[in-house]
Amino acid sequence: MTADRVPERSTHPRRAVLKSTAAGAAAVAHLASVATATATPTNPVAAGEPVEIGLSVNGRRHRLVVEPRVTLLDALRERLGLTGTKKGCDRGECGACTVLADGDRITSCLTLAVMRQDAEITTVEGLARGEELHPVQEAFVRHDAFQCGGCTPGQIMSAVACIDEGHTGSETEIREWMSGNLCRCAAYQNIVAAVADAAKELR
Amino acid sequence: MRNFGYTVARNPADAVRFAAGTPNSTFVAGGTDLLNLMRDGAEAHDHLVDVNRLGLDGIALDGAALRIGALARMRQVAEHREVRREFPVLSQALLASASPQVRNMAAIGGNLLQRTRCGYFRDPGSPCNKRVPGSGCPAIDGYNRGHAILGGSDHCIATHPSDLAVALTALDATVHLLGPDGTRAIPITELHLLPGATPHRETARRRGELITRVDVPRTGAAARSRYLKLRDRATFEFAVVSVAAALRLDGRTVRDVRLAFGGVGTRPWRDSRVEAALRGRSLTHPAIEAAGRVLVRDAEPREGNVFKVELVQRALASVLAELGGLR
Repeated sequence: MTADRVPERSTHPRRAVLKSTAAGAAAVAHLASVATATATPTNPVAAGEPVEIGLSVNGRRHRLVVEPRVTLLDALRERLGLTGTKKGCDRGECGACTVLADGDRITSCLTLAVMRQDAEITTVEGLARGEELHPVQEAFVRHDAFQCGGCTPGQIMSAVACIDEGHTGSETEIREWMSGNLCRCAAYQNIVAAVADAAKELR
Repeated sequence: MRNFGYTVARNPADAVRFAAGTPNSTFVAGGTDLLNLMRDGAEAHDHLVDVNRLGLDGIALDGAALRIGALARMRQVAEHREVRREFPVLSQALLASASPQVRNMAAIGGNLLQRTRCGYFRDPGSPCNKRVPGSGCPAIDGYNRGHAILGGSDHCIATHPSDLAVALTALDATVHLLGPDGTRAIPITELHLLPGATPHRETARRRGELITRVDVPRTGAAARSRYLKLRDRATFEFAVVSVAAALRLDGRTVRDVRLAFGGVGTRPWRDSRVEAALRGRSLTHPAIEAAGRVLVRDAEPREGNVFKVELVQRALASVLAELGGLR
């Protein structure tokens, strides 16, 4: 299990992370022969012991080394450099860290990276196709559905799921089913309009 | 968050054997309450046993009961067609809980075992008899707006926060447990304990025991059931007061009624005397008001939660009037 660990990456300044992501992903790809640790009762991971895990994010398979206590949110941001997913409250109340796990929206701060090895994770970086924005992203731009932008990636991921679930029948329904995402700038009026508009296009 | 070890259990027997044999370990399913408790320092575990791959997430309805796997997620149960049709109070209680994101993650067993929202309990800088036995309860003379008016003691007046547990309590659910010594089943009314002098003992669950399933009997009343939740925000908030009610009428006569209350008791609150005050009688406003008075007969409100005495009676009246078609 511990034969050939990927060294832990230190936290880079924002710009360095953005530039180094592609190179970093390529580097870990060389280690594809390293077996993913299976933390079973016959082979438990001890407290503080880093474990190598596999994570599928936006259609790419990554290998990374984390302690069991690392949340999916921190793994995405600080290990994979996917800083689109935001850390707001870090306790599941604000929704800024919303991502999709096998298509279901979840708050990535309330789950451990080690618990999500079988899931296909989609972050806000995974929505656009090249230069072409996802219809929900387009609708947020069109409706000016943000001010500071801190909650926006979470709002957009939640909206994608909300539309997919079919909870966009009325403004009231959208507000109820988007209630897991707070906007401290209170851009709710435009967010609701953007979700309703995108839903028309997608459904 | 303090470091901890981690194990993925592959089958239920392995999970309980490993947990029973690993000091200071606990199960993790959704993790939506556990991770915050560990971050806050309200709980500390040396090892987490991941029970998400045990295959205990099925939902099935047979002639006798609805059988909910303990690892089913809140959303799965809330959206299940037969749950919505035959046990509406369960679906309503779940949809009134948490947020869509949390409902996609949180499992049924964990929902029943979530810890109180009492701010003193969640703050390791405060004394709390639940967290540190014998350290005292600042809520009794402190900020107690959210606390219990029923079932409290001089040691603890914290409420249980689960909406689902209230609905399951009204419907006489049975909780199935697997432990190192085998399986057992207990009525949900016996899962959560009154605080008494030992508020740190919250449930009847024994060391290493895992909730595997919750059974809800099919009754005529269950199909005609409602959950009313009153809270400080329109959504994504815990209950100030809630009522789960199931009612079967024969003309205007109450043939069967099941009632449970949230936000008012130190555990999901059921009082057979309240139901007895209605059963066999004509469902009228005076009869409902009399039942409400029975409910709060033993209430011990504190400075911040006196309003709950009136509020819970009004909530009861509202939900029964709606279920019974009263004007």
